[in-house]
Amino acid sequence: MSEGVAIVGVGAAVPRPLSRDVSYREMIFDAATRAHTDAGVTHHEIDSVVSVCEDLHEGTSITDEYVPDQLGAVLKPVQTIAGDGVQGVATGFMLIRTGIADLVVIESHCKSSNILRHGDVLEMALDPVYDRPLRANPHYIAGMEMRRYLHESGTTEEAVAAVVSKNRAHALDNPVAPFGARIHTDDVLASSPLCEPLRVLEMSPYADGAVVFVLASEERARRCPRPVWIRGIGWISDSPWLAMREWADAVYASLSAQMAYQMAGIASPAEEIGFAEVDDTYAYKELQHLEAAQLAPRGRAGVMTLAGETRRDGRLPVNCSGGSLGMGYCFDASALYRIAEAARQIRGESGRAQVAHATTGLVISWRGVPTQSGGAVVLNAD
Amino acid sequence: MAKPARAVRKMDAPPWLALRGSPLSDDEFHGKVSTTSWIPRLEYGWDAGIAISRFLEGLKAGKILGVRCRVCGRTVTPPRAFCELDFRPMDDWVELADTATINTYSICYVTWDLKPLRKPQIPAVVEIDGTTPRVGFLHLIGGVNGSSVEAIRKQLRVGMPVRAVWKKPHQRAGAITDILYFEPVKRHPER
Repeated sequence: MSEGVAIVGVGAAVPRPLSRDVSYREMIFDAATRAHTDAGVTHHEIDSVVSVCEDLHEGTSITDEYVPDQLGAVLKPVQTIAGDGVQGVATGFMLIRTGIADLVVIESHCKSSNILRHGDVLEMALDPVYDRPLRANPHYIAGMEMRRYLHESGTTEEAVAAVVSKNRAHALDNPVAPFGARIHTDDVLASSPLCEPLRVLEMSPYADGAVVFVLASEERARRCPRPVWIRGIGWISDSPWLAMREWADAVYASLSAQMAYQMAGIASPAEEIGFAEVDDTYAYKELQHLEAAQLAPRGRAGVMTLAGETRRDGRLPVNCSGGSLGMGYCFDASALYRIAEAARQIRGESGRAQVAHATTGLVISWRGVPTQSGGAVVLNAD
Repeated sequence: MAKPARAVRKMDAPPWLALRGSPLSDDEFHGKVSTTSWIPRLEYGWDAGIAISRFLEGLKAGKILGVRCRVCGRTVTPPRAFCELDFRPMDDWVELADTATINTYSICYVTWDLKPLRKPQIPAVVEIDGTTPRVGFLHLIGGVNGSSVEAIRKQLRVGMPVRAVWKKPHQRAGAITDILYFEPVKRHPER
């Protein structure tokens, strides 16, 4: 049994709005090859493989069966997690902690450009009896969450717009982030209301992508060149009753973070966490998640953002990769992009996006509307 | 609404056996229990990718293309961009014959959406000449006479040589259906 679990290999496709030139298999093969090379392992050495994907996103029933080839997993133990990316990493983590495997590959991908009517897929996620017959666009759920969050926390719309401005500026310094831009908060506030108070520029644009990790047991990781340790991991699902949720708070994120902090032995998150990559599928989510993870007091995440404290050169750098607003939203693979970017920070490989003292980082993920599921990962160098 | 199951009992295709018991009807469901219905509208446009795109272009030109792995030496079709066993790019392209050997087949008296068929469909795995043994290619067998199991069994067997029957060039669309089916090779193949 291994006490420690590390990410020893990271491979990611450059996210982009369209990827007409490659199939999802070819995109994943490319990412897997990079991850294997990064870890210094061959596919023969991999003990077990976990893929995070969902049938309706793939357009294939029993899509699990299409996993092995592109991950070098033919005739190996393979399983699919139809959930958040962190749930996939947690599965690999457990395979190693239980001693079943020493080297585990985790994969998630997104070919959102191949889903011609994503609105219909999203609608299928709503309860068919109570919620779907109203025929409202599911992004309204984010609009309602944002309103209640602003109402209870006293956060301003300017603060939410500042998240967009910051993350898209961060993306300019990340060569693999396709949505880098200098956008003033006034431009964000002037963009069209989609499900008001949510505006068009406050939503992450969809992107295609694939991320592959190689996870290793403590002993195996010591033989790999650049391990990044998973010190704590947590994942939580709330009740699905849409109308009954805590509209102001991301309870799943609070409890996920508590679970991960406890495992990592972190008592004062605001002092011990050096930087964060948190879900920003909708801009207000970054603020809600920072408060849920105790990195900002209630109602202060927006103030901190307006004061520039969450910029790369600030006190708590957040989403220096650009987040989903700057890199694109890749469904359940978004969580793996956040983890990949955090791992690069800890290794000091982030180039112009590098944070000064990136020793301990936090990732918060969310499975998107209409879900109340998410996860948290604490990563560090040693 | 779907036709009630009793319509099935009128069919006289060879494999049907009479159903026992009383089939449930729509009437028994409607009005007796509360239900809610939803017709999904799911639409996808899958990117075929590097290997399959070139394969489909080949079919349009009347050619079956394959790739060879430089590590294990297997030649496969449909081609793929990487060898799933050696995890290396597979980019040694070869043009294959359009003749093959039957690996296995099934005589199907029902369509993909469960409509009974009098003249059966014969899906088959064939091994295209020039590929490595046991590298299968999924398609249909055609050009056989009769519709009963007995008649078809007399004309087909595992290990039998077959040949692709193509659509006319102007009808081809760069799809697997550019090959209509594979038919048994006659002893004297001159036409």
